[in-house]
Amino acid sequence: MGRLFAVEIVYRGIFQKNLAKNISRGIALAAKHDGKVGISFGRYGDSPERNGIPAKNFAIVATDDETLQEGMAKYEPKEVDISISVDDTLCKGVESWAWYGLQPINRLLKPGGTLIVTTMHGADPIITMCHRKEFPYRLALLTSIPSFSGLWVYKDDHTDVRLLGAIAKVLPDLFSLTSVEKAIREEWHDELKVKSAQKAYERISTRVVSPAEGNPEKPYEFELPKWYELREGLAIPSIPAGKAMADPTTQQTGGFRPDRNPTFKKYATRTMRPVVDFDTCVKCTLCWLQCPDSCFDVTPDAYYDANMEACCGCGVCEAVCPVTNCITMVNETAFADNASQWEMWKKDKAGYQTWLQEKIQHKPERSHGFRIRGQYEQQIGTMVKDGIVDTGTSGAGG
Amino acid sequence: MAKVVEKAQQEKEALISGSEAIAVACKLADVDVITAYPIRPYDTVMQYVAKLVANGELDCEYIVAESEHSQFEIVKHASAAGARVFCGSSGVGWMYAFEALTVTPALRIPMVAMVGNRALDDPGAFGVEHNDALAVRDLGWQLVWVDNAQEALDTALIAYRVAEDRRVFLPCAIACDGAFLTHSQALTKIPPQEWVDAFLPPYNRGDLLLHPDNPITVAPQVNEDWLMELRKHNDEAMKRSKNAVIPEAYRDFERIFNRSYGNPFFEEYQTEDADIVLVGMGTLSMPVKVAIRQMRKEGKKVGFVRVRWFRPFPAEDLAETLGRFGAVGVIDRDYSFGSPHFSGVLATEVRAALYPAAKRPPVVGFICGLGGREVTVPDVRRVSEMVFKAAGGETQPFITWMGIRE
Repeated sequence: MGRLFAVEIVYRGIFQKNLAKNISRGIALAAKHDGKVGISFGRYGDSPERNGIPAKNFAIVATDDETLQEGMAKYEPKEVDISISVDDTLCKGVESWAWYGLQPINRLLKPGGTLIVTTMHGADPIITMCHRKEFPYRLALLTSIPSFSGLWVYKDDHTDVRLLGAIAKVLPDLFSLTSVEKAIREEWHDELKVKSAQKAYERISTRVVSPAEGNPEKPYEFELPKWYELREGLAIPSIPAGKAMADPTTQQTGGFRPDRNPTFKKYATRTMRPVVDFDTCVKCTLCWLQCPDSCFDVTPDAYYDANMEACCGCGVCEAVCPVTNCITMVNETAFADNASQWEMWKKDKAGYQTWLQEKIQHKPERSHGFRIRGQYEQQIGTMVKDGIVDTGTSGAGG
Repeated sequence: MAKVVEKAQQEKEALISGSEAIAVACKLADVDVITAYPIRPYDTVMQYVAKLVANGELDCEYIVAESEHSQFEIVKHASAAGARVFCGSSGVGWMYAFEALTVTPALRIPMVAMVGNRALDDPGAFGVEHNDALAVRDLGWQLVWVDNAQEALDTALIAYRVAEDRRVFLPCAIACDGAFLTHSQALTKIPPQEWVDAFLPPYNRGDLLLHPDNPITVAPQVNEDWLMELRKHNDEAMKRSKNAVIPEAYRDFERIFNRSYGNPFFEEYQTEDADIVLVGMGTLSMPVKVAIRQMRKEGKKVGFVRVRWFRPFPAEDLAETLGRFGAVGVIDRDYSFGSPHFSGVLATEVRAALYPAAKRPPVVGFICGLGGREVTVPDVRRVSEMVFKAAGGETQPFITWMGIRE
């Protein structure tokens, strides 16, 4: 029996659908030029995708047809040689309705497998976000602003081919750089993309992540019930309505916090989070009214506290807030937990103001995918300036 | 359950149709919510029920929906909220409700419906064929065929008792042949309310009740990790219906109403000494019984098994019974194009039931009486002749269209 390779691409639904498809197709095509056979597919449970929700594409490659069959007619492989995260905020964990609670980004990695992350950060903040694994694995970083576009448009910033080049480096048994170059020429007819793949191949480096490194949180786990243990009639308990909140300083109770599903949280969808300046808030209620996920808790003193266990990061609150800089969307990678901003503010208003200014100073440093017009063009400019991509207009490049 | 019943109460006799008998059963069962949308022959039921409501004899919500789909969805939701419900349709009306029909057993809704059997369009036709009701046979609907108004009334009461049993909680459709049963009036005994109250406990949805005091979410989305276990629930409910709840209901019915149906699942007619047996469902029992009496005068010992409960299907009982005869002739008032041997649905099920049996007489299939064409006594005699030949070792065709012009 031959060897079976599996690569997963974890991406943001809709915003990165075409990107993920290009990568998994590119893997199967490059493998073909390496004398192997492969398939490319999206995870069925993710279809049809929703904006920003973690989704997966897979490429399965084998040294021969019979071995490939082991990887076919499956929803997803049980383990992978490479996990690719095309948005660094996915390293905090991924959840789609097909999964059960937040799952580590590196869950499917084999021992010694490689996690490739596109990010503007260094290794340390990325490792901090990733859950710990019981055995060592490798981490490779590809410098890039998260490549977001849409269902009908594609931002061709070469992230797809750069990742193919990176794969050839971290797992040469899968395919060679030469095979990647052939696949790019065959599929995209673009020498500039070939150059981007070569550059990524040269630049990518890996480091080993030990079991002692990373987020120590234990992922949610449960055993699937037997048929006679399940309730009949397709009935499940409803989420209770909710209750009043308590002020951490005065212990005064009031307001309203809707009860939310304790297992199925939604924040794995979030790439940016709202940071609220309670000192300038005029309590107009618009953020609370317009939030499509009812994520705002009403505090006893009638402020609106975006609950980070429930916020999907869509940015509607920022868009509707009538006060300048009262609500600011900030890159999710800037936060280590989901703590209440309102509680932080109540306990130490001066300290909160310092914290808030530090968080919002980088605005806007990425896109949450939903609405900022012109941002892609800005980002391309930045990537060209920083030498991340080569437009081919500056001569030899490389 | 076993209340002491005042037997001094008397049944009243009335000249009513099969449809009216079901409407009377709705009244006796004190149904809470009824939805209606007209299509012949089911519409006769909705008219009789409307009359009962208008006369102040039945206190219920009577909702005329804008389509069969809504008709069945409305009662589905009402039943989830704890109401005893009644609904029904015919032919393509039943098919228009199909999406609602599929989710009803899945949600364990004990809806009772009447299917006035009618040919499916096209061509537009309103005579009886059983294909409309049979379309739901794999989905968790209990299906019972009746052949006279008395049985329609009694079976409707039994249907509520079985469907609403917590061990079952599956819908039940009572299939009534269009015209011959729905539009034909016969003397029917109407039991006193006290007997019905003793037989039929109130509907208790228990922990599945949709109510603000019992906050539940019904019908979530699931993936492959869950669905098989949930399907198994319905499989087990159908088994409990067959093995326990239906037999219990008929025993109690006999005790309280003093009227016996023998084996609940099928009627046996003159089978004790029969050499061959015919099998069928619904009102074709009438010409079959007449023909059998004629043939017996000529010394031809023919018996008849009329299948009542098609779902759950009494496979073991039926196979054991049919094993007693030299050959079996199955008369289908339905078609199943392209099915094994191009047979009717009932013949295929009978063959499947017999396959593991110790005694497997030859099964000869007949398709007869489609589109409401009369099944005649000569038809039945011709059927019987072929079955006799099969019993004598002479191979007969797997399927014959009987009564077709050729």
